[in-house]
Amino acid sequence: MHPRSVDFEIHMHVSIHHYLVLAAVLFCLGLLGVIIQRNILIMLMCIEVLMNSINLTFIALARYYNQVDGHLVAIFVMAIAAVEAAIGLGIVISLFRNRQSIDINDFNSMRG
Amino acid sequence: MIPKDFIILIPLLPLLGFLINGSITYEQLRGRVCANKSMVSFVACLMPFLSFALGLWVLLTLALHPEIKSISTPHLLDWMILDHFHLTFGLEIDHLSSVMTLVVTGVGFLIHLYSVGYMHDDPHYSKYMSYLNLFLFFMLVLVVADSLVLLFVGWEGVGLCSYLLIGFWFTDKEKAKAGKKAFIVNRIGDFGFMIGIFLIVAAFAAAVPPDTGTEIARDFLSFSYLKTHAGVLTPIITAVTLCLFFGATGKSAQIPLYVWLPDAMAGPTPVSALIHAATMVTAGIYMVARLHFLFVMAPFTMHVVATVGLVTALLAAIIGLTQYDIKKVLAYSTVSQLGYMFLGLGVGAFSGAIFHVMTHAFFKACLFLGAGSVIHALHHEQDIRFMGGLVKKMPITAVTFLVCTLAIAGIPPLAGFFSKDEILFMTYANEHTRHYFWVGLFTAGVTAFYMMRLFVYAFTGKTRYEHPEKIHESPWTMTLPLIILAGLATVAGFLGMPGHSIIGGWLSHLGQITPHHIEGSALQEFHLMGISVGWAGFCALAAFFLYKRNLNFTEGLKRTFKTLYSFIYNKYKVDEIYDFLFVQPIKGFSQVFLNRFFDQKIVDGLMVNGLALSSRFLGRCLSLIQTGLAVHYLLFLLIGLCLVIWFIVNG
Amino acid sequence: MNPYFFYAFATITVLMVVLMILQKNPITGAMCLIVSFFSLAGLYVLLEAHFIAVLQILVYAGAIMVLFIFVIMFLNLKKEDLKTGRRPFYQFAALIASGALVTFLVVQYTKIPPVSFPESVAGFGTVEAIGSLMFSKYVIAFEVIGLLLLVGIIGAVLLGKKENHD
Repeated sequence: MHPRSVDFEIHMHVSIHHYLVLAAVLFCLGLLGVIIQRNILIMLMCIEVLMNSINLTFIALARYYNQVDGHLVAIFVMAIAAVEAAIGLGIVISLFRNRQSIDINDFNSMRG
Repeated sequence: MIPKDFIILIPLLPLLGFLINGSITYEQLRGRVCANKSMVSFVACLMPFLSFALGLWVLLTLALHPEIKSISTPHLLDWMILDHFHLTFGLEIDHLSSVMTLVVTGVGFLIHLYSVGYMHDDPHYSKYMSYLNLFLFFMLVLVVADSLVLLFVGWEGVGLCSYLLIGFWFTDKEKAKAGKKAFIVNRIGDFGFMIGIFLIVAAFAAAVPPDTGTEIARDFLSFSYLKTHAGVLTPIITAVTLCLFFGATGKSAQIPLYVWLPDAMAGPTPVSALIHAATMVTAGIYMVARLHFLFVMAPFTMHVVATVGLVTALLAAIIGLTQYDIKKVLAYSTVSQLGYMFLGLGVGAFSGAIFHVMTHAFFKACLFLGAGSVIHALHHEQDIRFMGGLVKKMPITAVTFLVCTLAIAGIPPLAGFFSKDEILFMTYANEHTRHYFWVGLFTAGVTAFYMMRLFVYAFTGKTRYEHPEKIHESPWTMTLPLIILAGLATVAGFLGMPGHSIIGGWLSHLGQITPHHIEGSALQEFHLMGISVGWAGFCALAAFFLYKRNLNFTEGLKRTFKTLYSFIYNKYKVDEIYDFLFVQPIKGFSQVFLNRFFDQKIVDGLMVNGLALSSRFLGRCLSLIQTGLAVHYLLFLLIGLCLVIWFIVNG
Repeated sequence: MNPYFFYAFATITVLMVVLMILQKNPITGAMCLIVSFFSLAGLYVLLEAHFIAVLQILVYAGAIMVLFIFVIMFLNLKKEDLKTGRRPFYQFAALIASGALVTFLVVQYTKIPPVSFPESVAGFGTVEAIGSLMFSKYVIAFEVIGLLLLVGIIGAVLLGKKENHD
């Protein structure tokens, strides 16, 4: 076998690493978005990205271990994401109603 | 044959008494109970009496079974367990400690009984009684301890109790000061004692190489181990014994640390009796006798002990000549007698010294209690110039006082004669210290003189007290101990008859270091006795007739030697010298450096305020990151998360 | 499994997320997110999780994102409400920290031996397999999640309710 073809084979082969690294990148991007965004709505969307990256990890590992349990967890995470979105958006609405703003910098009443 | 576990009770019973009376006092101070005085007295007197009975049982066991050298419970409890050093609580009673136990508990019990009458009207009666019991507890711990460290515990404990009792009437500032002085001076001596113990530890630690540490016994501070392995200490034995002896000078009121004892008169009179006769001051003598095997290895220390004892005996006796406070005279006589005991220890007459401790306990307790009886009758008048004529008003007190005065003066056949003469004879028999004998003899005469002067002043002649009709004899709880003690002071001497001394045989394990120096025999001892009896008797008679004729016959002498007289009357100004040399510099140092500079500038300024300021500054800095914005906190959370993962991965 | 599909879906996902976090208009962000959810569903298909892929489209792209868009429209934001950007130092710190985190994760993940996926067992990821597990082993979790959804609904109603000011 030609060594180049082996390299190519390994290179082109999609292993568990690819999925895990993708999930990690998504997770950090979501985190970065939460931190640098000022718009509360987009921050909430970033949180959804975080949850999706977790789901991706679970599903990739479920495939890796050939066990369906990871899928179950993904379903539960989706349910929790739905609840979180509902509550979060409810909070956004009530915040906007009181302060007429969705800029996170305007909410600094925690400052001592 | 006493079950050996019973000996634990000897110290513990007074502790129990202390706990009972102490809790009664505690509750009473909070107004919860009203102390029943008879119950307090019963408990307080019962405990020493039971200890005395147990001590007697121990003594009988040892006497009837000569093969038993000691009764011990070597391992009651663990104290400190280190690799090469085990410290355990253990008790041991041998012939020496059995005698001491009996003296402490016996005389202690009589003083408790006496206190019932003497302190009856004091508002803090139960507190006083509990302190007395605590005092006995610590003294008994000291006596029955089987290791140097446990002995030191008792040693410190009696120091504490002396502070509590001397300053018992602490609302009077002078008396509180006296308690403080006793405590501090004792602490100085204790420091020497501790250095001695540390030296012993260091010597044993250095004696074995560290990697073969198994060869050393782990409880090397116990007396039995010290005795068999004293050779290890040979290189530093002089330093060790000098340090230990310095501790003894503190507790037993010798030069240079005797200054606390005359001030200790501030306490209630039974306390003075307890301190002077049964406990406290005998601790130093006991310690030296207990560690005699170390001291005999250091001839230089023995010489120092003898010299210090002799000089203390002489100087204290001379001060005694000039004092007018009845308790002060007795205090200096105690210092003087303790000097005799150290003289005895120094010349190797260990059993003689312990014998003198015993007889001295009897007659000195009796003298103090007699003085207390007089003071009690005269409503706290202590100046002998305002006494006089009490022999008719208080016959029992007067007779017992006279008996004990003659005993301390060394008139046969009373106890002091035998014990003092044994010490003097041993001094003479040891050719290194033969010249000390003449000084000791002179001191004995001085003792006889000032004690007779005291008696004549206080008890004979006309009554100079302003309310003579109020004087009355004391109640039976006070006179009974006097009678018992006077009886003991009369007969105890026959325990130490020259030639067949019972006490000498009993304490033969202490050894006599000077057998080959002794050329004297019983006959020579009788010759010397004749000399000393004649001299003491002459001094006593001289004092009696001179003062009987005219109390103020010394006025002319006083005027002639005014400077010398006031020098002696003021105790050679030792207090002033110490004040100038030590107290004032320390006070100044404390004021200027420790208080003004160190406390106010360093501690308060730099430490306390500096800490507060730096905290505030740091807080201000850190509050800058408290923006109140959740996303900022999220960033910090993220950074923290990174650090945690970093530590998990690389840690 | 064709690697080209993986790279395509992965690229689209990451690109869309990056676009979203740099967005200041929430509607555009939501659109980007929907696209990235679709491509994630594609990745799930590649992982033979067909049921999850369907759910991803239904729940995320369908329900949750519709909720977002509905709220965005409800709020009726004006142009001046939409601000973006923070101090550069802060953004830089966040970037560094996230980069460090992803580096740590990648370093850890690559310690797993790079074996390829095994052959999947028969019926892997089907509704039947998931359903039988959900109603046996995970039935309690399932019930609790149901309760959580109920709580979420009540909470959302309470939060969104207009306060009575009369």
